[in-house]
Amino acid sequence: MTDKEMLFEYLLRLGDNCVILSQRLAEWCGKAPVLEEEMALMNVGLDLVGQARLILDYAGKVEGAGRDEDKLAYHRDAQDWRNLLLVEQPNGDFAVTMARQLYFDLFQQLQFEALVKSKDQTISEIAAKSLKEIKYHVRHSSDWVIRLGDGTDESHERMQNALDQLWGFTPEMFDMDAVEQAMVDAGIGVDVSTLRDEWDARINAILTEATLKRPDVTWEVRGSREGKHSEHLGYLLAEMQFLPRAYPDASW
Amino acid sequence: MTLPAPQYDKAAVGAILEMVKDPEIPVLTVEDMGIIRDVDIEGEKVIVSITPTYSGCPAMEHISNDISTTLKLHGYGDVEIKTVLSPAWSSDMITERGRERMREYGIAPPSDVGSKGAMLGIDPVSCPQCGSQNTSIVSEFGSTACKALYKCNDCMEPFDYFKCV
Repeated sequence: MTDKEMLFEYLLRLGDNCVILSQRLAEWCGKAPVLEEEMALMNVGLDLVGQARLILDYAGKVEGAGRDEDKLAYHRDAQDWRNLLLVEQPNGDFAVTMARQLYFDLFQQLQFEALVKSKDQTISEIAAKSLKEIKYHVRHSSDWVIRLGDGTDESHERMQNALDQLWGFTPEMFDMDAVEQAMVDAGIGVDVSTLRDEWDARINAILTEATLKRPDVTWEVRGSREGKHSEHLGYLLAEMQFLPRAYPDASW
Repeated sequence: MTLPAPQYDKAAVGAILEMVKDPEIPVLTVEDMGIIRDVDIEGEKVIVSITPTYSGCPAMEHISNDISTTLKLHGYGDVEIKTVLSPAWSSDMITERGRERMREYGIAPPSDVGSKGAMLGIDPVSCPQCGSQNTSIVSEFGSTACKALYKCNDCMEPFDYFKCV
């Protein structure tokens, strides 16, 4: 891969997480547990859409093949997506959504804090802008995990199950490969493997406060870097991409 | 009717931008919101740089169109709207006048410049209706990306608080 191709690939990894997680959150529209929470989930989703647009717009320019943010979001098939397997997992119950959110929010916060120092000015600016939003996301998801964990017997049990169910998707966040390494060497990216300890420490503190147990799960799955996704992504894309694919010139 | 010829200087353009309101909070101008980052004049071309409050703020496109249309109605034919991200918008950029207008409109303005206490839930947020500081948060996220939902424990009114970021 050329330097340009690596940067494009790296940007897809950053941007695709935001697109897919925002689409998942949007699925809660009209059926969240309470009105205030519905607004919260839509707000977080909206922030992620905004971040996705900034990143994918830049990715399109780096690629230089005439693809804009919409083309990248609506006209790529599952194997071309680079989002983490974690963010494409179905919403489940509210506890599952919050477990997924907490795992990702904490990771994204650490990743973007480091990206503020990126030598790539656009990435650095996007990271600085997004961090102000991510801070709110982290507070929101940690509050819920603590509240549900330290709540009733049922909420505690469901929250624990949710954490266990998604734990095996988290090691992938900290994987390094040739693209990640090239970005680190160029001063553009962050060495995600170094974020693991801090992420662990923050998760542990929240789980302790929530009276929850750190998941004791030994299985791990990965594959998003090569475009190997879980079956769920295809269904998500089918819904998200239907309109622009069926009516390519649709506008409103 | 003939329009007065447009004047190509920052002050004249600035005066016209005063007419552009924030679509979500129509008592505020885009200037009050701190969205206008810069105005550049290159010959007969006007370049207005704006910055988004939140990266997903759906009002940005609207604001961008409003600025462009308003300037064109005043005879400026060549208008470019640029979006700049850095330095990232902060609620500190809302002007004093903007804060006052916000309060009158019924939205609690963000805490004072430099105070990040309210963001962490430490500083009390004053009720825009009765001024009481005996208020509590209902939800971190309100009717738009930039607002949180509060209620006043004295006058019992619910209100929006403009988040401090």
